[in-house]
Amino acid sequence: MYDVIVIGAGVTGAAIARELSKYEYEGKVAVLERASDICEGTSKANSGIVHAGHDATPGTLKAKLNVLGNQRMEQLSKELDFPFKRNGTLVLCFDGKDRDKMQELLKKGRLNGVEGLRIIEAEEIQRLEPNVSNEACAALYAPSGGIVCPFGLTAALAENACENGVEFYLNTKVERIRKSPAGYVLQTSAGIFESQIIVNAAGLYADALHNMVSEKKLHIVPRKGEYCLFDKAVGGYVSHTIFQLPTRYGKGVLVTPTVHGNLMMGPTAVDIEDKEGTNTTEEGIADLLKRGGLSIKRVPAEKIITSFAGLRAHEDGGDFVIEEVEDAQGFIDVAGIESPGLTCAPAIGEYVAGMVLERLPAPKKVDFKACREAIRGMADADEEERKALIEKNPAYANVICRCELVTEGEIMDAIHRPLGATTLDGVKRRTRAGMGRCQSGFCAPKTVEILARELGKDIGEITKSGGSSMFLTGYDKAEV
Amino acid sequence: MDKRVDILIVGGGPAGLAAAVAAKKSGADRILILERDEELGGILNQCIHNGFGLHTFKEELTGPEYASRYIWQVEELGIPYLLQTIVIDISASEAVKLVTAINKENGIFTIEAKAVVLAMGCRERSRGALNIPGYRPAGIYSAGTAQRYVNMEGRMPGKEVVVLGSGDIGLIMARRMTLEGAKVKMVAELMPYSGGLKRNIVQCLEDYGIPLKLSHTVIDIDGRERVKGVTVAEADENRKPIPGTEEYISCDTLLLSCGLIPENELSVGLGVSLNPVTAGPVVNESLETSVEGVFACGNVLHVHDLVDYVSEEACSAGEHAAAYARGGRPAEEHKVTLKCAGGVRYTVPSLICVERIDKEQVVRFRVGSVYKDVFLTVYYNNTVVIKQKKRVLLPGEMEQIKLKKVEMEKFPDLKTITVAIEREG
Repeated sequence: MYDVIVIGAGVTGAAIARELSKYEYEGKVAVLERASDICEGTSKANSGIVHAGHDATPGTLKAKLNVLGNQRMEQLSKELDFPFKRNGTLVLCFDGKDRDKMQELLKKGRLNGVEGLRIIEAEEIQRLEPNVSNEACAALYAPSGGIVCPFGLTAALAENACENGVEFYLNTKVERIRKSPAGYVLQTSAGIFESQIIVNAAGLYADALHNMVSEKKLHIVPRKGEYCLFDKAVGGYVSHTIFQLPTRYGKGVLVTPTVHGNLMMGPTAVDIEDKEGTNTTEEGIADLLKRGGLSIKRVPAEKIITSFAGLRAHEDGGDFVIEEVEDAQGFIDVAGIESPGLTCAPAIGEYVAGMVLERLPAPKKVDFKACREAIRGMADADEEERKALIEKNPAYANVICRCELVTEGEIMDAIHRPLGATTLDGVKRRTRAGMGRCQSGFCAPKTVEILARELGKDIGEITKSGGSSMFLTGYDKAEV
Repeated sequence: MDKRVDILIVGGGPAGLAAAVAAKKSGADRILILERDEELGGILNQCIHNGFGLHTFKEELTGPEYASRYIWQVEELGIPYLLQTIVIDISASEAVKLVTAINKENGIFTIEAKAVVLAMGCRERSRGALNIPGYRPAGIYSAGTAQRYVNMEGRMPGKEVVVLGSGDIGLIMARRMTLEGAKVKMVAELMPYSGGLKRNIVQCLEDYGIPLKLSHTVIDIDGRERVKGVTVAEADENRKPIPGTEEYISCDTLLLSCGLIPENELSVGLGVSLNPVTAGPVVNESLETSVEGVFACGNVLHVHDLVDYVSEEACSAGEHAAAYARGGRPAEEHKVTLKCAGGVRYTVPSLICVERIDKEQVVRFRVGSVYKDVFLTVYYNNTVVIKQKKRVLLPGEMEQIKLKKVEMEKFPDLKTITVAIEREG
């Protein structure tokens, strides 16, 4: 019997778990995740933006949690050692007639408590961003906007929660939920779990879980967003995150540097039916390049290294749904966490932990470890650090991914740390091996070999991302 | 380990090996080869098919056999090399080049070299760079990655295969996968012609009844965990899919053979100028890049079709690097620019200093599409000096033409040499 079970190991679930791990729960806290790794759903495919907070309607949960989450991110990035950069954002206005919309955004931002907002004119735009389109006549400048590595953030939160005693169960899909006298019984693909309190952070599937316990139904629509990622050679094309004035479907296509120095464009916004529909489409990519292209002077399309699609969990009401379910005591929904969900995660963690504590009080842990160390990468290390790493373990001198300069040492660390990688994608998201311009053509076989060796498996058992995503299908001539 | 060398060679594949051997034979003393893999030979080690060396050795060798001919020479000549060593930075200060590398035995170290030969080879264009829509499951490999698995690890990357792109590696892998027990359902090629050698189309596809669909491409990838199938469609003359021609082909593997990209990240870091057409360094007659004393050869310079030409080119780069390291090269006085016209995409070199040519200058180039019954014409300034009838010129095959020094010297005001494809007599 657990005190609290969080369903879903995305950024929201991980943030809640990390916050709960600050408290001494006798019956323990667990996180259940259906995928083979943390950060496998919406959290892995999004813009990686730490929004300033001028978009949400004042008074909504989104508005409140966005500004708070943005404020928390910097301190958190120091405690948990993940890449975060406050690069500032520009919301471009292309038509004098739209200036009132920009003013409205400024007003909303100020009401939401966003600091430093101001309107800048074409000349200043060009000075800040020489590659932004000359058509941009004005922009809302938000110096507090930032960028973060979504995998880095999620892994940091989850690893820290794990180190502080939260139990993580991967490959554990919740199939049925039943109310019991003491709380809830969860029937999962990996057995029965019982808990007093359930936190439903199941992303796209939060409605399905909610609907198992409540008569008041939720409905979540997967809203697809496609992206293109560009080579680091054009990573400095813009330095701020460049938005356009928002539309009904969201904040439009943005152009941004990533914390790792790539350039990224996206997302589109198309409501679909399939919650697993993470395929990119010809129309989607063409649309995002066309629309994103309006913001900049030239789209360096020849420098695209990959494209991908993510699904936002859009709840019909349009706001986050973070509340105890009216007709299911002890069942807390954290649903509809679409943009700016990544930004809000730290604030959602605090907010939900507060709700849990109210229902089930617990003392603060005296030995809570607030800090976590990231995988030390050779790519970002200076000469001294590099030498020290190699001295510690010569595997840091064996370069596996040449595009991103990732070594065997880092991959071994990624495998052996808490909630370590067991798949090729798991290694990729933790170390960046395979994220470069060759897209793992050279390093994938080597990474597979290291995974097999370190996990005591045959290379034929190693998958790309769990399930039946086998990398190999047998031996030569096995079928001849 | 000697931290000061005359010539440092980045890459121990066919280009690096031939450059090292030639440099040594022409008198260079202290040479060092840095190779990132576990053995010398580069990509030839996974090319276990035959057909290598017909020009160089007048016999048919496999890739590893061809490589071993050069590896033996490197061993015999006592040329030092370091394996599993990756170069992470090259910089030039005055006449000295500093090459920083990393390996398990030595950690991070810097070598001072008089001359550097860039021989890093190329990489394959990825699914991401091709921007093929669809899911991102396991089962999508570049043909070279699959080749490594099948030929070096003895493992099958898949059982039912569609190959996109008819580059040579794709054709070779269609045959290899078939021989190893897979069913290769189709090779689709976006262009109306194959990018591979004619002999490979015959020996790898036709002999095995594997259909080659020209002007066809993959427009969607199905399967969330492992590839389940791909949608192939016919492409119009603008290479856009034609609606209504879509065909779903079930398969568990998609192999990509859609072009090779010279790996010039180190070169760019060093300040070497690249030719946007080849994505390789701009070089002069000595195969010397825009950075003095830095030479380039093999697939890092421009993608070759036959390894024999790589060896030939690398040999020349090695000799020139040795001459540079020795000092006393003739001063550059008479500089000539090479230009392309009428379907010639590029030339290597693109600059010539007449004084520095020995007897003749080899100019290598490729054409942009299929040409039949045309003339290959070379102009010195505006004068035609060479005119050769060509029955067929293919984009997949590298061409070369030899220019004699004595001919050039007859044109004291020679400023441009133009290599052109022309239709009319």
